[in-house]
Amino acid sequence: MQPTSSRPSSWIGSNQLIDPDRIRRFGYWYAAEYRLRNMGKWWTAIVAFGLGNPLLYLVSIGLGIGALVNQSVGPNGIEGVSYLEFLAPALLATACIQGAMDETSFPVFEGFVWTKYIYAMNTAGLTESHITGGIMIASFIRCVATGLMYGGILIAFGAIDAAHLPALMLASIFAGMGFAATMMAFAAYTKEDDGFFAVVGRFVIAPMFMFSGTFYPIENTPIYLQWIGWISPLWHSTNLGRNLSYGHPVEPWLMAVHFAFLASLYFVGFYFAARKFKSRLAE
Amino acid sequence: MIVAKSLTKTYGDFTAVDGINFTVTRGEAFGLLGPNGAGKSTTMRMIGATLERTSGDLEILGKDPNSKGPEIRAHLGVVPQQDNLDRELKVWENLYIYGRYFGLSRKFLKRKVDELIGFVQLEEKRDAKTESLSGGMKRRLTIARGLVNEPEILMLDEPTTGLDPQARHVLWDRLFRLKEQGVTLVITTHYMDEAEQLCDRLIVMDKGKIMAEGSPADLIRDYSSREVVEVRFGSAKNAEVAPKIEDLGDRVEVLPDRILIYAENGEEILHQIGVRGFEPVTSLVRRSSLEDVFLRLTGRTLVD
Repeated sequence: MQPTSSRPSSWIGSNQLIDPDRIRRFGYWYAAEYRLRNMGKWWTAIVAFGLGNPLLYLVSIGLGIGALVNQSVGPNGIEGVSYLEFLAPALLATACIQGAMDETSFPVFEGFVWTKYIYAMNTAGLTESHITGGIMIASFIRCVATGLMYGGILIAFGAIDAAHLPALMLASIFAGMGFAATMMAFAAYTKEDDGFFAVVGRFVIAPMFMFSGTFYPIENTPIYLQWIGWISPLWHSTNLGRNLSYGHPVEPWLMAVHFAFLASLYFVGFYFAARKFKSRLAE
Repeated sequence: MIVAKSLTKTYGDFTAVDGINFTVTRGEAFGLLGPNGAGKSTTMRMIGATLERTSGDLEILGKDPNSKGPEIRAHLGVVPQQDNLDRELKVWENLYIYGRYFGLSRKFLKRKVDELIGFVQLEEKRDAKTESLSGGMKRRLTIARGLVNEPEILMLDEPTTGLDPQARHVLWDRLFRLKEQGVTLVITTHYMDEAEQLCDRLIVMDKGKIMAEGSPADLIRDYSSREVVEVRFGSAKNAEVAPKIEDLGDRVEVLPDRILIYAENGEEILHQIGVRGFEPVTSLVRRSSLEDVFLRLTGRTLVD
Protein backbone atom coordinates (compact mmCIF):
# COMPACT_ATOMS: atom_id res chain seq x y z
CA MET A 1 0.00 0.00 0.00
CA GLN A 2 1.42 3.36 -1.03
CA PRO A 3 1.60 5.98 1.69
CA THR A 4 -0.46 8.96 0.72
CA SER A 5 -1.10 12.30 2.27
CA SER A 6 -4.52 12.74 0.78
CA ARG A 7 -6.09 13.70 4.07
CA PRO A 8 -9.29 15.58 3.27
CA SER A 9 -7.79 19.00 2.86
CA SER A 10 -10.79 21.25 2.52
CA TRP A 11 -12.91 20.05 5.40
CA ILE A 12 -15.83 22.42 5.81
CA GLY A 13 -17.80 20.38 8.32
CA SER A 14 -21.37 19.21 8.29
CA ASN A 15 -22.55 22.24 10.24
CA GLN A 16 -21.93 24.49 7.26
CA LEU A 17 -22.37 21.89 4.59
CA ILE A 18 -25.74 20.45 5.45
CA ASP A 19 -29.11 22.07 5.65
CA PRO A 20 -31.51 19.81 7.58
CA ASP A 21 -34.46 21.78 6.18
CA ARG A 22 -33.38 20.85 2.69
CA ILE A 23 -33.30 17.18 3.61
CA ARG A 24 -36.73 17.51 5.22
CA ARG A 25 -38.18 19.09 2.10
CA PHE A 26 -36.45 17.13 -0.66
CA GLY A 27 -35.67 13.82 1.09
CA TYR A 28 -38.21 12.08 -1.17
CA TRP A 29 -36.25 13.05 -4.25
CA TYR A 30 -32.96 11.91 -2.78
CA ALA A 31 -34.44 8.51 -2.02
CA ALA A 32 -36.01 8.40 -5.50
CA GLU A 33 -32.67 9.30 -7.08
CA TYR A 34 -31.15 6.18 -5.62
CA ARG A 35 -34.00 3.99 -6.81
CA LEU A 36 -33.74 5.46 -10.32
CA ARG A 37 -30.00 4.89 -10.42
CA ASN A 38 -30.57 1.32 -9.31
CA MET A 39 -33.22 0.94 -12.00
CA GLY A 40 -30.77 2.36 -14.51
CA LYS A 41 -28.61 -0.72 -13.99
CA TRP A 42 -31.43 -2.82 -15.49
CA TRP A 43 -32.76 -0.44 -18.08
CA THR A 44 -32.10 -2.73 -21.03
CA ALA A 45 -34.13 -5.49 -19.39
CA ILE A 46 -36.86 -3.01 -18.49
CA VAL A 47 -37.10 -1.78 -22.08
CA ALA A 48 -36.88 -5.28 -23.54
CA PHE A 49 -39.75 -6.50 -21.34
CA GLY A 50 -41.63 -3.25 -21.79
CA LEU A 51 -41.69 -3.66 -25.56
CA GLY A 52 -41.49 -7.45 -25.87
CA ASN A 53 -44.37 -8.20 -23.58
CA PRO A 54 -47.04 -6.25 -25.50
CA LEU A 55 -45.68 -7.49 -28.83
CA LEU A 56 -46.08 -11.11 -27.81
CA TYR A 57 -49.45 -10.50 -26.23
CA LEU A 58 -50.89 -8.61 -29.13
CA VAL A 59 -49.69 -11.09 -31.71
CA SER A 60 -50.90 -14.15 -29.84
CA ILE A 61 -54.02 -13.12 -27.95
CA GLY A 62 -54.98 -9.85 -29.55
CA LEU A 63 -54.61 -10.90 -33.15
CA GLY A 64 -54.78 -14.69 -32.90
CA ILE A 65 -57.59 -15.18 -30.46
CA GLY A 66 -59.00 -11.83 -31.48
CA ALA A 67 -59.56 -13.09 -35.05
CA LEU A 68 -61.45 -16.06 -33.67
CA VAL A 69 -63.59 -13.90 -31.37
CA ASN A 70 -64.31 -11.34 -34.07
CA GLN A 71 -65.38 -14.15 -36.36
CA SER A 72 -67.85 -15.56 -33.90
CA VAL A 73 -69.32 -12.31 -32.52
CA GLY A 74 -69.80 -10.74 -35.93
CA PRO A 75 -69.00 -7.29 -37.31
CA ASN A 76 -70.17 -5.38 -34.21
CA GLY A 77 -67.53 -7.05 -32.03
CA ILE A 78 -67.74 -6.87 -28.27
CA GLU A 79 -69.50 -3.73 -27.04
CA GLY A 80 -69.25 -2.39 -30.58
CA VAL A 81 -65.47 -2.61 -30.87
CA SER A 82 -63.01 -5.23 -32.06
CA TYR A 83 -61.68 -7.71 -29.57
CA LEU A 84 -58.30 -6.00 -29.66
CA GLU A 85 -59.83 -2.67 -28.72
CA PHE A 86 -61.82 -4.34 -25.98
CA LEU A 87 -58.68 -5.96 -24.63
CA ALA A 88 -56.36 -2.95 -24.87
CA PRO A 89 -57.37 -1.02 -21.70
CA ALA A 90 -56.94 -4.15 -19.59
CA LEU A 91 -53.54 -4.93 -21.11
CA LEU A 92 -52.32 -1.41 -20.56
CA ALA A 93 -53.50 -1.42 -16.95
CA THR A 94 -51.84 -4.79 -16.36
CA ALA A 95 -48.57 -3.47 -17.75
CA CYS A 96 -48.69 -0.40 -15.51
CA ILE A 97 -49.52 -2.51 -12.47
CA GLN A 98 -46.65 -4.88 -13.20
CA GLY A 99 -44.16 -2.09 -13.85
CA ALA A 100 -45.16 -0.16 -10.73
CA MET A 101 -45.16 -3.15 -8.40
CA ASP A 102 -41.77 -4.33 -9.67
CA GLU A 103 -40.39 -1.19 -8.02
CA THR A 104 -42.16 -1.60 -4.69
CA SER A 105 -42.16 -5.32 -3.95
CA PHE A 106 -38.68 -6.82 -4.26
CA PRO A 107 -36.88 -3.49 -3.85
CA VAL A 108 -38.47 -3.04 -0.42
CA PHE A 109 -37.64 -6.57 0.64
CA GLU A 110 -34.13 -6.10 -0.69
CA GLY A 111 -33.74 -2.82 1.18
CA PHE A 112 -34.62 -4.36 4.51
CA VAL A 113 -33.10 -7.80 4.15
CA TRP A 114 -30.43 -8.06 1.47
CA THR A 115 -28.60 -4.85 0.66
CA LYS A 116 -30.20 -2.98 3.59
CA TYR A 117 -30.14 0.26 1.63
CA ILE A 118 -33.20 1.40 3.55
CA TYR A 119 -31.16 1.37 6.75
CA ALA A 120 -28.37 3.26 5.01
CA MET A 121 -30.84 5.96 3.94
CA ASN A 122 -32.17 6.14 7.45
CA THR A 123 -28.75 6.60 9.06
CA ALA A 124 -28.21 9.53 6.69
CA GLY A 125 -31.23 11.33 8.08
CA LEU A 126 -33.97 10.31 5.66
CA THR A 127 -37.19 9.40 7.45
CA GLU A 128 -39.61 6.58 6.70
CA SER A 129 -41.83 9.03 4.81
CA HIS A 130 -38.91 10.16 2.65
CA ILE A 131 -37.96 6.58 1.85
CA THR A 132 -41.46 5.32 1.10
CA GLY A 133 -42.13 8.49 -0.86
CA GLY A 134 -38.94 8.04 -2.89
CA ILE A 135 -39.77 4.43 -3.67
CA MET A 136 -43.22 5.51 -4.88
CA ILE A 137 -41.77 8.27 -7.06
CA ALA A 138 -39.48 5.73 -8.74
CA SER A 139 -42.40 3.34 -9.05
CA PHE A 140 -44.47 6.09 -10.68
CA ILE A 141 -41.75 6.80 -13.22
CA ARG A 142 -41.41 3.11 -14.04
CA CYS A 143 -45.20 2.84 -14.28
CA VAL A 144 -45.43 5.74 -16.72
CA ALA A 145 -42.48 4.52 -18.79
CA THR A 146 -43.90 1.01 -19.02
CA GLY A 147 -47.32 2.38 -19.88
CA LEU A 148 -45.97 4.60 -22.64
CA MET A 149 -44.02 1.75 -24.21
CA TYR A 150 -47.06 -0.49 -24.07
CA GLY A 151 -49.31 2.30 -25.31
CA GLY A 152 -47.00 2.92 -28.26
CA ILE A 153 -47.27 -0.70 -29.32
CA LEU A 154 -51.04 -0.68 -28.84
CA ILE A 155 -51.28 2.34 -31.11
CA ALA A 156 -49.02 0.69 -33.68
CA PHE A 157 -51.30 -2.34 -33.74
CA GLY A 158 -54.39 -0.16 -34.04
CA ALA A 159 -55.66 -1.45 -30.71
CA ILE A 160 -56.24 2.08 -29.42
CA ASP A 161 -56.61 5.50 -30.91
CA ALA A 162 -53.62 7.74 -30.08
CA ALA A 163 -56.04 10.40 -28.86
CA HIS A 164 -57.27 8.02 -26.17
CA LEU A 165 -53.84 7.25 -24.79
CA PRO A 166 -53.78 10.03 -22.14
CA ALA A 167 -57.11 8.95 -20.67
CA LEU A 168 -56.13 5.28 -20.75
CA MET A 169 -52.83 6.12 -19.13
CA LEU A 170 -54.63 7.96 -16.37
CA ALA A 171 -56.80 4.96 -15.58
CA SER A 172 -53.81 2.60 -15.77
CA ILE A 173 -51.55 4.76 -13.61
CA PHE A 174 -54.23 4.95 -10.93
CA ALA A 175 -54.32 1.15 -10.89
CA GLY A 176 -50.54 0.85 -10.99
CA MET A 177 -49.95 3.21 -8.09
CA GLY A 178 -52.77 1.77 -6.00
CA PHE A 179 -51.40 -1.71 -6.44
CA ALA A 180 -47.79 -0.64 -5.97
CA ALA A 181 -48.54 1.06 -2.65
CA THR A 182 -50.37 -2.04 -1.45
CA MET A 183 -47.44 -4.22 -2.45
CA MET A 184 -45.02 -1.87 -0.70
CA ALA A 185 -46.98 -2.41 2.51
CA PHE A 186 -46.96 -6.21 2.09
CA ALA A 187 -43.26 -6.19 1.27
CA ALA A 188 -42.57 -4.10 4.37
CA TYR A 189 -44.21 -6.78 6.50
CA THR A 190 -42.21 -9.56 4.81
CA LYS A 191 -39.17 -10.59 6.83
CA GLU A 192 -38.09 -13.74 5.06
CA ASP A 193 -38.06 -14.70 1.45
CA ASP A 194 -40.26 -17.72 1.99
CA GLY A 195 -41.83 -17.55 -1.42
CA PHE A 196 -44.16 -14.70 -0.55
CA PHE A 197 -43.67 -12.98 -3.89
CA ALA A 198 -44.24 -16.20 -5.80
CA VAL A 199 -47.47 -16.65 -3.86
CA VAL A 200 -48.53 -13.12 -4.79
CA GLY A 201 -47.77 -13.82 -8.45
CA ARG A 202 -49.74 -17.06 -8.55
CA PHE A 203 -52.62 -16.39 -6.22
CA VAL A 204 -53.12 -12.65 -6.54
CA ILE A 205 -51.85 -11.43 -9.90
CA ALA A 206 -52.90 -14.44 -11.96
CA PRO A 207 -56.52 -14.68 -10.71
CA MET A 208 -56.80 -10.91 -10.86
CA PHE A 209 -55.75 -11.04 -14.50
CA MET A 210 -58.23 -13.84 -15.28
CA PHE A 211 -61.30 -12.61 -13.43
CA SER A 212 -61.24 -8.84 -13.80
CA GLY A 213 -63.15 -8.68 -17.03
CA THR A 214 -59.85 -8.65 -18.85
CA PHE A 215 -60.73 -11.10 -21.63
CA TYR A 216 -64.51 -10.88 -21.54
CA PRO A 217 -67.01 -8.57 -19.85
CA ILE A 218 -67.08 -9.18 -16.11
CA GLU A 219 -70.85 -9.78 -16.34
CA ASN A 220 -70.02 -13.02 -18.17
CA THR A 221 -68.16 -14.32 -15.12
CA PRO A 222 -70.21 -16.54 -12.78
CA ILE A 223 -71.60 -14.33 -10.02
CA TYR A 224 -69.66 -16.19 -7.30
CA LEU A 225 -66.39 -15.19 -8.99
CA GLN A 226 -67.32 -11.63 -9.80
CA TRP A 227 -66.19 -10.41 -6.35
CA ILE A 228 -62.60 -11.01 -7.46
CA GLY A 229 -63.17 -8.34 -10.08
CA TRP A 230 -64.81 -5.95 -7.67
CA ILE A 231 -61.82 -5.92 -5.33
CA SER A 232 -59.32 -6.02 -8.17
CA PRO A 233 -57.66 -2.75 -9.13
CA LEU A 234 -57.41 -4.16 -12.63
CA TRP A 235 -61.18 -4.32 -13.09
CA HIS A 236 -61.67 -0.82 -11.74
CA SER A 237 -59.01 0.47 -14.08
CA THR A 238 -60.18 -1.55 -17.08
CA ASN A 239 -63.76 -0.39 -16.69
CA LEU A 240 -62.54 3.19 -16.41
CA GLY A 241 -60.34 2.79 -19.46
CA ARG A 242 -63.07 1.23 -21.58
CA ASN A 243 -65.31 4.13 -20.78
CA LEU A 244 -62.66 6.74 -21.42
CA SER A 245 -61.46 5.19 -24.69
CA TYR A 246 -64.40 3.82 -26.65
CA GLY A 247 -67.27 5.00 -24.49
CA HIS A 248 -68.21 1.72 -22.81
CA PRO A 249 -71.20 2.81 -20.71
CA VAL A 250 -70.37 3.32 -17.04
CA GLU A 251 -72.64 5.17 -14.61
CA PRO A 252 -71.05 8.41 -13.33
CA TRP A 253 -71.29 7.18 -9.74
CA LEU A 254 -69.42 4.02 -10.70
CA MET A 255 -66.73 6.09 -12.42
CA ALA A 256 -66.31 7.94 -9.12
CA VAL A 257 -66.15 4.62 -7.26
CA HIS A 258 -63.42 3.38 -9.61
CA PHE A 259 -61.23 6.41 -9.01
CA ALA A 260 -61.96 6.44 -5.28
CA PHE A 261 -61.22 2.72 -4.93
CA LEU A 262 -57.85 3.00 -6.68
CA ALA A 263 -56.93 6.17 -4.78
CA SER A 264 -57.84 4.61 -1.45
CA LEU A 265 -55.72 1.54 -2.24
CA TYR A 266 -52.85 3.94 -2.71
CA PHE A 267 -53.39 5.87 0.51
CA VAL A 268 -54.10 2.84 2.68
CA GLY A 269 -51.10 0.98 1.25
CA PHE A 270 -48.85 3.97 1.70
CA TYR A 271 -50.03 4.52 5.26
CA PHE A 272 -49.35 0.93 6.33
CA ALA A 273 -46.05 0.83 4.49
CA ALA A 274 -44.76 4.00 6.17
CA ARG A 275 -45.93 2.71 9.54
CA LYS A 276 -44.15 -0.59 9.09
CA PHE A 277 -41.02 1.10 7.73
CA LYS A 278 -40.89 3.21 10.88
CA SER A 279 -41.19 0.27 13.23
CA ARG A 280 -38.71 -1.88 11.33
CA LEU A 281 -36.13 0.90 11.26
CA ALA A 282 -36.50 1.29 15.02
CA GLU A 283 -36.09 -2.42 15.80
CA MET B 1 -20.58 16.07 21.84
CA ILE B 2 -22.31 13.14 23.54
CA VAL B 3 -23.69 13.01 27.07
CA ALA B 4 -25.38 9.84 28.34
CA LYS B 5 -26.94 9.62 31.78
CA SER B 6 -28.48 6.40 33.08
CA LEU B 7 -28.93 5.40 29.45
CA THR B 8 -31.03 2.25 29.29
CA LYS B 9 -32.46 0.06 26.55
CA THR B 10 -34.63 -2.93 27.27
CA TYR B 11 -36.31 -5.41 24.95
CA GLY B 12 -39.09 -6.98 26.98
CA ASP B 13 -37.40 -8.59 29.98
CA PHE B 14 -33.96 -8.33 28.47
CA THR B 15 -31.85 -5.31 29.39
CA ALA B 16 -29.39 -4.68 26.57
CA VAL B 17 -27.97 -1.45 28.02
CA ASP B 18 -28.29 -0.99 31.74
CA GLY B 19 -28.14 2.60 32.96
CA ILE B 20 -24.75 3.67 31.62
CA ASN B 21 -23.16 7.10 32.01
CA PHE B 22 -20.47 8.57 29.79
CA THR B 23 -19.48 11.68 27.89
CA VAL B 24 -17.54 12.16 24.68
CA THR B 25 -15.81 15.44 24.00
CA ARG B 26 -14.90 17.06 20.70
CA GLY B 27 -11.90 15.62 18.90
CA GLU B 28 -11.73 12.58 21.11
CA ALA B 29 -11.45 8.97 19.96
CA PHE B 30 -13.81 7.19 22.28
CA GLY B 31 -14.08 3.43 22.45
CA LEU B 32 -16.64 0.92 23.62
CA LEU B 33 -14.82 -2.30 24.38
CA GLY B 34 -16.55 -5.51 25.28
CA PRO B 35 -17.41 -8.99 24.10
CA ASN B 36 -20.22 -9.76 21.67
CA GLY B 37 -23.56 -9.07 23.30
CA ALA B 38 -22.17 -6.55 25.79
CA GLY B 39 -24.54 -3.83 24.55
CA LYS B 40 -22.04 -1.92 22.42
CA SER B 41 -23.98 -1.99 19.19
CA THR B 42 -27.21 -1.11 20.95
CA THR B 43 -25.45 1.86 22.53
CA MET B 44 -24.09 2.84 19.13
CA ARG B 45 -27.52 2.77 17.55
CA MET B 46 -28.87 5.00 20.29
CA ILE B 47 -26.00 7.43 19.72
CA GLY B 48 -26.65 7.14 15.99
CA ALA B 49 -30.22 8.29 16.65
CA THR B 50 -31.78 5.31 14.92
CA LEU B 51 -32.86 3.50 18.09
CA GLU B 52 -34.91 5.13 20.84
CA ARG B 53 -33.78 4.67 24.42
CA THR B 54 -36.07 3.09 26.98
CA SER B 55 -35.06 5.48 29.77
CA GLY B 56 -32.34 7.84 30.92
CA ASP B 57 -31.00 10.90 29.13
CA LEU B 58 -29.01 11.16 25.97
CA GLU B 59 -27.79 14.30 24.29
CA ILE B 60 -25.96 14.26 20.98
CA LEU B 61 -24.57 17.51 19.59
CA GLY B 62 -26.76 19.26 22.14
CA LYS B 63 -29.96 17.63 20.91
CA ASP B 64 -32.26 14.86 22.09
CA PRO B 65 -32.19 12.00 19.55
CA ASN B 66 -35.73 10.92 20.42
CA SER B 67 -37.14 14.16 19.07
CA LYS B 68 -34.40 15.44 16.73
CA GLY B 69 -33.25 12.16 15.17
CA PRO B 70 -32.99 13.22 11.51
CA GLU B 71 -31.27 16.51 12.38
CA ILE B 72 -28.67 14.71 14.48
CA ARG B 73 -28.15 12.01 11.86
CA ALA B 74 -27.36 14.66 9.27
CA HIS B 75 -24.20 15.46 11.26
CA LEU B 76 -23.07 11.92 11.95
CA GLY B 77 -20.99 9.55 9.87
CA VAL B 78 -21.97 5.95 10.40
CA VAL B 79 -19.94 2.87 9.54
CA PRO B 80 -22.19 -0.06 10.41
CA GLN B 81 -20.90 -3.47 11.38
CA GLN B 82 -22.51 -4.99 8.33
CA ASP B 83 -21.72 -3.18 5.09
CA ASN B 84 -24.90 -1.90 3.50
CA LEU B 85 -23.32 -0.75 0.25
CA ASP B 86 -25.12 -1.26 -3.02
CA ARG B 87 -23.17 -3.99 -4.72
CA GLU B 88 -24.61 -3.25 -8.14
CA LEU B 89 -23.43 0.34 -8.10
CA LYS B 90 -19.90 1.42 -8.87
CA VAL B 91 -17.57 2.48 -6.08
CA TRP B 92 -17.92 6.19 -6.83
CA GLU B 93 -21.69 5.88 -7.18
CA ASN B 94 -22.03 4.51 -3.67
CA LEU B 95 -20.35 7.63 -2.30
CA TYR B 96 -22.22 9.96 -4.59
CA ILE B 97 -25.67 8.61 -3.88
CA TYR B 98 -25.05 8.59 -0.14
CA GLY B 99 -23.99 12.21 -0.34
CA ARG B 100 -27.21 13.00 -2.14
CA TYR B 101 -29.17 11.65 0.86
CA PHE B 102 -27.74 14.62 2.76
CA GLY B 103 -28.85 17.00 0.07
CA LEU B 104 -25.26 17.74 -0.97
CA SER B 105 -24.97 19.38 -4.36
CA ARG B 106 -23.78 17.43 -7.41
CA LYS B 107 -20.96 19.91 -7.87
CA PHE B 108 -19.68 19.50 -4.34
CA LEU B 109 -19.98 15.72 -4.53
CA LYS B 110 -18.07 15.51 -7.76
CA ARG B 111 -15.01 16.84 -5.96
CA LYS B 112 -15.71 15.20 -2.61
CA VAL B 113 -16.18 11.70 -4.01
CA ASP B 114 -12.78 11.69 -5.69
CA GLU B 115 -11.13 13.18 -2.64
CA LEU B 116 -12.55 10.42 -0.44
CA ILE B 117 -11.65 7.69 -2.92
CA GLY B 118 -8.11 8.98 -2.69
CA PHE B 119 -8.24 9.08 1.08
CA VAL B 120 -9.24 5.42 1.36
CA GLN B 121 -6.88 4.44 -1.46
CA LEU B 122 -9.44 3.01 -3.85
CA GLU B 123 -8.44 5.09 -6.91
CA GLU B 124 -7.98 2.01 -9.05
CA LYS B 125 -11.40 0.73 -8.12
CA ARG B 126 -13.24 3.98 -8.66
CA ASP B 127 -15.29 2.68 -11.60
CA ALA B 128 -15.48 -0.95 -10.49
CA LYS B 129 -18.66 -2.58 -9.38
CA THR B 130 -18.74 -2.58 -5.59
CA GLU B 131 -19.43 -6.31 -5.66
CA SER B 132 -15.87 -6.92 -6.89
CA LEU B 133 -14.18 -5.35 -3.83
CA SER B 134 -12.48 -7.38 -1.10
CA GLY B 135 -13.77 -7.23 2.47
CA GLY B 136 -11.15 -4.69 3.50
CA MET B 137 -11.87 -2.49 0.48
CA LYS B 138 -15.59 -2.57 1.18
CA ARG B 139 -14.95 -1.50 4.73
CA ARG B 140 -12.76 1.36 3.54
CA LEU B 141 -15.46 2.39 1.11
CA THR B 142 -18.00 2.34 3.94
CA ILE B 143 -15.69 4.57 5.96
CA ALA B 144 -15.35 6.94 3.01
CA ARG B 145 -19.12 6.95 2.73
CA GLY B 146 -19.39 7.84 6.40
CA LEU B 147 -17.20 10.88 5.75
CA VAL B 148 -19.07 12.25 2.74
CA ASN B 149 -21.08 14.72 4.84
CA GLU B 150 -17.96 15.79 6.77
CA PRO B 151 -19.55 14.65 10.00
CA GLU B 152 -19.10 16.03 13.49
CA ILE B 153 -18.81 12.49 14.81
CA LEU B 154 -17.73 9.39 12.91
CA MET B 155 -19.15 6.22 14.44
CA LEU B 156 -17.57 2.89 13.64
CA ASP B 157 -19.14 -0.37 14.77
CA GLU B 158 -16.54 -3.14 14.83
CA PRO B 159 -14.58 -1.58 11.97
CA THR B 160 -12.06 -4.37 11.46
CA THR B 161 -14.01 -7.49 12.35
CA GLY B 162 -13.49 -10.13 9.69
CA LEU B 163 -10.50 -8.39 8.07
CA ASP B 164 -7.06 -9.88 7.63
CA PRO B 165 -4.15 -8.31 9.58
CA GLN B 166 -2.86 -6.26 6.67
CA ALA B 167 -6.27 -4.83 5.86
CA ARG B 168 -6.72 -3.96 9.53
CA HIS B 169 -3.49 -1.98 9.59
CA VAL B 170 -4.43 -0.04 6.46
CA LEU B 171 -7.74 0.81 8.06
CA TRP B 172 -6.19 1.83 11.35
CA ASP B 173 -3.82 4.12 9.50
CA ARG B 174 -6.76 5.88 7.83
CA LEU B 175 -8.64 6.21 11.11
CA PHE B 176 -5.53 7.52 12.80
CA ARG B 177 -5.29 10.26 10.19
CA LEU B 178 -8.88 11.24 10.82
CA LYS B 179 -8.16 11.41 14.51
CA GLU B 180 -5.18 13.68 13.85
CA GLN B 181 -7.46 15.90 11.84
CA GLY B 182 -9.67 16.31 14.88
CA VAL B 183 -12.65 14.24 13.77
CA THR B 184 -14.45 12.84 16.82
CA LEU B 185 -14.47 9.06 16.62
CA VAL B 186 -16.69 6.63 18.48
CA ILE B 187 -15.56 3.05 17.98
CA THR B 188 -16.88 -0.25 19.23
CA THR B 189 -14.59 -3.21 19.18
CA HIS B 190 -13.95 -6.50 20.85
CA TYR B 191 -10.29 -6.34 19.85
CA MET B 192 -8.14 -4.92 22.61
CA ASP B 193 -5.30 -4.08 20.24
CA GLU B 194 -7.68 -1.99 18.19
CA ALA B 195 -8.89 -0.17 21.27
CA GLU B 196 -5.31 0.44 22.41
CA GLN B 197 -4.26 1.72 19.01
CA LEU B 198 -7.14 4.04 18.31
CA CYS B 199 -8.85 5.14 21.48
CA ASP B 200 -7.91 8.05 23.72
CA ARG B 201 -10.44 6.92 26.22
CA LEU B 202 -12.76 3.98 26.48
CA ILE B 203 -15.41 2.26 28.48
CA VAL B 204 -15.26 -1.46 29.08
CA MET B 205 -18.74 -2.93 28.79
CA ASP B 206 -20.12 -6.27 29.83
CA LYS B 207 -23.75 -7.39 30.06
CA GLY B 208 -25.03 -3.88 29.36
CA LYS B 209 -23.03 -2.24 32.14
CA ILE B 210 -19.84 -0.20 32.23
CA MET B 211 -17.14 -2.11 34.10
CA ALA B 212 -14.42 0.54 33.87
CA GLU B 213 -13.60 3.80 32.13
CA GLY B 214 -10.36 5.55 31.30
CA SER B 215 -7.50 5.76 28.81
CA PRO B 216 -5.98 2.41 27.76
CA ALA B 217 -2.87 3.18 29.82
CA ASP B 218 -4.88 4.18 32.90
CA LEU B 219 -7.00 1.08 32.71
CA ILE B 220 -3.97 -1.16 32.44
CA ARG B 221 -2.31 0.60 35.35
CA ASP B 222 -5.43 0.47 37.52
CA TYR B 223 -6.58 -3.04 36.76
CA SER B 224 -3.48 -4.93 35.84
CA SER B 225 0.25 -5.11 36.53
CA ARG B 226 2.96 -3.83 34.21
CA GLU B 227 3.88 -7.26 32.83
CA VAL B 228 2.33 -10.64 32.42
CA VAL B 229 3.98 -14.05 32.32
CA GLU B 230 2.14 -16.65 30.28
CA VAL B 231 3.19 -20.22 30.96
CA ARG B 232 1.87 -23.47 29.59
CA PHE B 233 2.42 -26.80 31.28
CA GLY B 234 0.00 -28.73 29.08
CA SER B 235 -3.73 -28.60 29.64
CA ALA B 236 -3.74 -31.49 32.10
CA LYS B 237 -1.05 -30.04 34.36
CA ASN B 238 -1.93 -26.32 34.38
CA ALA B 239 -4.44 -26.58 37.24
CA GLU B 240 -2.07 -28.77 39.23
CA VAL B 241 0.91 -26.40 38.99
CA ALA B 242 -1.05 -23.16 39.47
CA PRO B 243 -1.45 -23.35 43.30
CA LYS B 244 2.29 -23.92 43.67
CA ILE B 245 3.29 -20.74 41.87
CA GLU B 246 0.37 -18.42 42.60
CA ASP B 247 2.23 -16.58 45.38
CA LEU B 248 4.87 -15.40 42.92
CA GLY B 249 3.06 -12.50 41.27
CA ASP B 250 0.41 -9.95 42.26
CA ARG B 251 -2.31 -12.19 40.86
CA VAL B 252 -2.74 -15.41 38.92
CA GLU B 253 -5.37 -16.37 36.34
CA VAL B 254 -5.73 -20.00 35.32
CA LEU B 255 -7.17 -20.36 31.83
CA PRO B 256 -7.90 -23.74 30.21
CA ASP B 257 -4.76 -23.59 28.07
CA ARG B 258 -2.36 -21.45 30.12
CA ILE B 259 -1.57 -19.72 33.41
CA LEU B 260 -1.18 -15.94 33.56
CA ILE B 261 0.90 -14.42 36.32
CA TYR B 262 0.66 -10.66 36.76
CA ALA B 263 3.76 -8.91 38.08
CA GLU B 264 5.96 -5.85 37.70
CA ASN B 265 8.93 -7.89 36.52
CA GLY B 266 8.02 -10.83 34.35
CA GLU B 267 11.51 -12.18 33.74
CA GLU B 268 12.13 -12.43 37.47
CA ILE B 269 8.90 -14.45 37.93
CA LEU B 270 9.87 -16.78 35.12
CA HIS B 271 13.23 -17.33 36.80
CA GLN B 272 11.49 -18.12 40.13
CA ILE B 273 9.27 -20.70 38.45
CA GLY B 274 12.40 -22.45 37.25
CA VAL B 275 13.99 -22.25 40.70
CA ARG B 276 10.94 -24.08 42.11
CA GLY B 277 11.61 -26.88 39.70
CA PHE B 278 8.80 -26.37 37.16
CA GLU B 279 9.54 -26.53 33.45
CA PRO B 280 6.82 -24.84 31.34
CA VAL B 281 6.33 -26.23 27.82
CA THR B 282 6.19 -22.66 26.53
CA SER B 283 6.59 -19.32 28.26
CA LEU B 284 6.14 -15.70 27.30
CA VAL B 285 6.70 -12.42 29.10
CA ARG B 286 4.68 -9.51 27.73
CA ARG B 287 3.27 -6.16 28.71
CA SER B 288 -0.22 -6.02 30.14
CA SER B 289 -3.00 -5.25 27.71
CA LEU B 290 -6.67 -4.39 27.80
CA GLU B 291 -7.37 -8.08 27.43
CA ASP B 292 -5.94 -8.51 30.92
CA VAL B 293 -8.04 -5.63 32.18
CA PHE B 294 -11.12 -7.29 30.82
CA LEU B 295 -10.17 -10.64 32.28
CA ARG B 296 -9.68 -9.01 35.67
CA LEU B 297 -13.00 -7.18 35.50
CA THR B 298 -15.18 -10.00 34.24
CA GLY B 299 -13.27 -13.22 34.76
CA ARG B 300 -13.67 -13.90 31.05
CA THR B 301 -11.64 -13.34 27.91
CA LEU B 302 -12.84 -10.91 25.26
CA VAL B 303 -12.82 -13.24 22.30
CA ASP B 304 -14.25 -16.59 23.21
